[in-house]
Amino acid sequence: MKAILSGIWSNLRSMGMVFTHSWRKRDTLMYPEVPIYVPPRYRGRIVLTRDPDGEERCVACNLCAAACPVGCISLQKAEREDGRWYPEFFRINFSRCIFCGYCEEACPTNAIQLTPDYELGEYRRQDLVYEKEHLQIAGTGKYHDYNFYRMSGMAIAGKPKGSAANETPPVDVKSLLP
Amino acid sequence: MAIIHVDGKQFTVDGADNLLQACLSLGLDIPYFCWHPALGSVGSCRQCAVKQYRDENDTVGRIVMSCMAPASDGTWISIDDAESKAFRESVIEWLMSNHPHDCPVCEEGGHCHLQDMTVMTGHASRTYRFTKRTHNNQDLGPFIGHEMNRCIACYRCVRYYKDYAGGKDLGVYGSASRVYFGRAEDGVLESEFSGNLTEVCPTGVFTDKTHSERYNRKWDMQFAPSICQGCSVGCNISPGERYGELRRIENRYNGSVNHYFLCDRGRFGYGFVNNADRPRQPMLRRDGKLAIVSPEEALLNGANLLKTAKGVVGIGSPRASLESNFALRQVVGVANFFDGHAAAEGVLVKRVTEVLRTGPVPAATLRGIESADAAFVLGEDVMNTAPRVALALRQVARGKATQMAAAQHIPEWQAIAIADIGQHHKHPIFIATADATRIDEIALETVRSAPADLARLGYAVAHAIDPASPAVADLDAATAERASRIANTLLASTKAVIVSGTGAGSESVINAAANVAWALHAKGKSVELVLAVPEANSIGLAMMAAPGIDDAFKAIESGRADTLVVLENDLYRRAPKARVDAVLAKAKLIVVDHQLTETASRAELLLSAGSFAEADGTLISNEGRAQRYFQIYDPTYYKPETAIRESWNWLHGVRAAQLGQATVWTQLDDVTAEVAAVLPALARITEAAPGAKFRITGLKIAREPHRYSGRTAMRANLSVHEPRQPQDADTALAFSMEGHNGVQAGERPAALTPFAWAPGWNSPQSWNKYMDEVGGHSLGGDAGVRIIEPAANAPAVPAYANHVPPAFAAAAGEFQIVVSHHIFGSEELSTKAAPVQSRIPAAHVALNAADADALGLVDGALVSVQLDDVTVQLPLQRHAALAAGTMAVPMLPGVPFAVSGSRAKISGAARA
Repeated sequence: MKAILSGIWSNLRSMGMVFTHSWRKRDTLMYPEVPIYVPPRYRGRIVLTRDPDGEERCVACNLCAAACPVGCISLQKAEREDGRWYPEFFRINFSRCIFCGYCEEACPTNAIQLTPDYELGEYRRQDLVYEKEHLQIAGTGKYHDYNFYRMSGMAIAGKPKGSAANETPPVDVKSLLP
Repeated sequence: MAIIHVDGKQFTVDGADNLLQACLSLGLDIPYFCWHPALGSVGSCRQCAVKQYRDENDTVGRIVMSCMAPASDGTWISIDDAESKAFRESVIEWLMSNHPHDCPVCEEGGHCHLQDMTVMTGHASRTYRFTKRTHNNQDLGPFIGHEMNRCIACYRCVRYYKDYAGGKDLGVYGSASRVYFGRAEDGVLESEFSGNLTEVCPTGVFTDKTHSERYNRKWDMQFAPSICQGCSVGCNISPGERYGELRRIENRYNGSVNHYFLCDRGRFGYGFVNNADRPRQPMLRRDGKLAIVSPEEALLNGANLLKTAKGVVGIGSPRASLESNFALRQVVGVANFFDGHAAAEGVLVKRVTEVLRTGPVPAATLRGIESADAAFVLGEDVMNTAPRVALALRQVARGKATQMAAAQHIPEWQAIAIADIGQHHKHPIFIATADATRIDEIALETVRSAPADLARLGYAVAHAIDPASPAVADLDAATAERASRIANTLLASTKAVIVSGTGAGSESVINAAANVAWALHAKGKSVELVLAVPEANSIGLAMMAAPGIDDAFKAIESGRADTLVVLENDLYRRAPKARVDAVLAKAKLIVVDHQLTETASRAELLLSAGSFAEADGTLISNEGRAQRYFQIYDPTYYKPETAIRESWNWLHGVRAAQLGQATVWTQLDDVTAEVAAVLPALARITEAAPGAKFRITGLKIAREPHRYSGRTAMRANLSVHEPRQPQDADTALAFSMEGHNGVQAGERPAALTPFAWAPGWNSPQSWNKYMDEVGGHSLGGDAGVRIIEPAANAPAVPAYANHVPPAFAAAAGEFQIVVSHHIFGSEELSTKAAPVQSRIPAAHVALNAADADALGLVDGALVSVQLDDVTVQLPLQRHAALAAGTMAVPMLPGVPFAVSGSRAKISGAARA
């Protein structure tokens, strides 16, 4: 008899508790109708950025590919007429990517960056293979000022030898001064 | 032997070494830059500092440069000592103070000795606050890129280029911190060995320009142990592939053959593998055009062609592997298999093989050449026919200084002291050729005469050494005197090398050279022979003892056979065009080749063979060393439609289809074993490298470095679903970074070492981890097996050749043709590589200056030359040194086929 009564009470109590939720604040996030806040350094979709002058930042050094623990980045170096190195193709297989961000850490030119965009779902796995045209963006991304070729000793058209940061103009080899 | 104590541990080392070399040989890491095992010590970079103690009780010690300190008995040193560590870290910081901020865009990055050493010393951040000194670069031609800002002034480049390789046009200029390594002005580096600068330079000042265009890091390449196809020397190479293209060739250390250096033809002549016009699928002639067909269809068509043939003739190739030649021999039958050399050349190669196999004198390894103290070059322009031999001969000349220093108890690593003692003294080298050579400057004496007279000189020298050898009748006094001078010098040597080969186009020259070597041997002297032959597998093909190409042509011409199977051979390089045209017009042609040659483009059926990059096979070098090259990559991985197979595989398939049988050979080892079983002379080729079943701790050997990137993306554009890695049934190597990767350096047998890498050592300097002693031989023995050694029961008095030719007499109005060779342009495959093409000299013919004067011809005059039955117009070059009465006809694109010894006429000057 006691067990029956306690069973009934327990049921009523539960129903009451559920009913009280009608007036509580809603926990459900209304994604995708309402966008969700993600911190700016969240590691989502990878992009290739441009330097402050609007040129491609990537110099095809291959360090991102080497750092990638799942081997999902591949690219090929090519050289522009002005002497800049650039990737002839740059491919990321997002179906393999684990968004660890090592590529961004390895990048010596701040070209490759992870963004807070995580909406990468596709119906076909093949569509997760991103080529350069899908990766390259128009801006500088998170790092606004860095321009590798202004720092690097390599000469390119418009920036001859000796005009990079901390460089003196080329020496006169024939000089006999001490 | 000496006992040294390093950080309290006792080691036994070679007391003749310096401390650096001794420690590196023990596997102890000391950073260094300016020292190089082939160049010796100069102590200029100050990087290899260690602390040396007077004895075990000395606790203070002093810092010494380990490369300049002898590893004498009872030496006490410390590498780990804190003071010397700090010293080494500071040194690298100074060296780096002007180093540009450009590793990401430097082709050296990832296999850079400077990067390795920086990490090894622990230097991480710069304290230098001032601006960097900069330099302008130079254009050094199509092979070598120049980026002077990266220089750390170790002087290795000039020590290699000028001292070791004898180059004249690379020097060091300027003073103080302005020192500049380059040419006096922009221009192509003249040395035929300039490519080694890319490996000698510890940083990125000199880089491989042919690789830069399609660059990738060393860790991203798939390598295979391979053998250079550029000439008969058989240098070991480590070619790298990425995305289905051959990207670069680097030296692969072989302590008996090429050790640290290659020639530029071998290093930069690989472009033919990537050419777009290569047949990559089998093709069948339909409506007069070659159309792509499936492999099955190709095999059936091949079988049908053979079945319906009235008679079949097969022409082998000196640039194809033994296995492929053997497969052709099986398809067409022993009686119908012919030697693929040009007719006259084939005879010479067979004679060379006979000299080496029946004579008492062994063939010299490249290393063997370097240890000689006298050399006699007879008839062969080695710089252009076997370039690496010329570099070895330079070391013969340089050996004098080492010998003089040794008399003063100066060890052989003391490079500067040796150079000072040696001054201009050289070991005696005699160079007797038809025209001037690029190594004349190291010769004690040069002789220029027609091949017959060269042979007579050789015979005379042999007779002067051993009177039992045939004498030369009617010898003029000057030649007789010269012969006795050469003979006396050779007799006074402790070890002589006699260099000759097929290049002079004269059997008498080869015989004369053999006589000289045999005469020295009969006199109890130590002597070795170097006989250059035209192509990578010339000796191997000659050992198959097939009749010459003329007989093959005759079989077609006479109508005995109507079907011709040509293996990896362009017949237009083997006979006059008119004759080949006539033969091909009468025959149904099946070609198995990896290049679209003129012959291949006329084929009824063209089977797309693998080049050395896509196939495995065994070659025999001019030294009689059987060496195996291994497939580098599987082309179907990136281009699934590709149907490239080894030539033996195609031919065996055709035979199986013809007989209606299943294929018997399923892997390379089956073929190699059958070659060895059927041809007793080649029985030992199976020992050239471990077979396909070889494993290390159950693993295949990885072709890719463990850091290989992009595995899951490189092919994702084709399909995101990754296929299984290509499987390699033929070899013990895997198309993968999985497998044994040599982390415990030296475990891989030398013949199966695809690339050099050791923990902390990414640059080519890591080869030093694979040797019994740095600069010595590979651990576990050098790659390859010598299958030609002198017969043990060779008679004491050798069977001297005795066909002394009559003296050369110039005929009025006629010239004797001497086919000349050029390092760039005379070899078929490298000529198809774009960087090499830009170095090929223009087509021409050359006459002695006096002969040209007699005809009133100036340099560059366009002359009509009648060669056999063709007349061509070519510009004339006047060569002051060329033997009078001869005409040098270079083997170059645009010059018709010519045979040494035949006659040419100049029918008129078209333009002065």
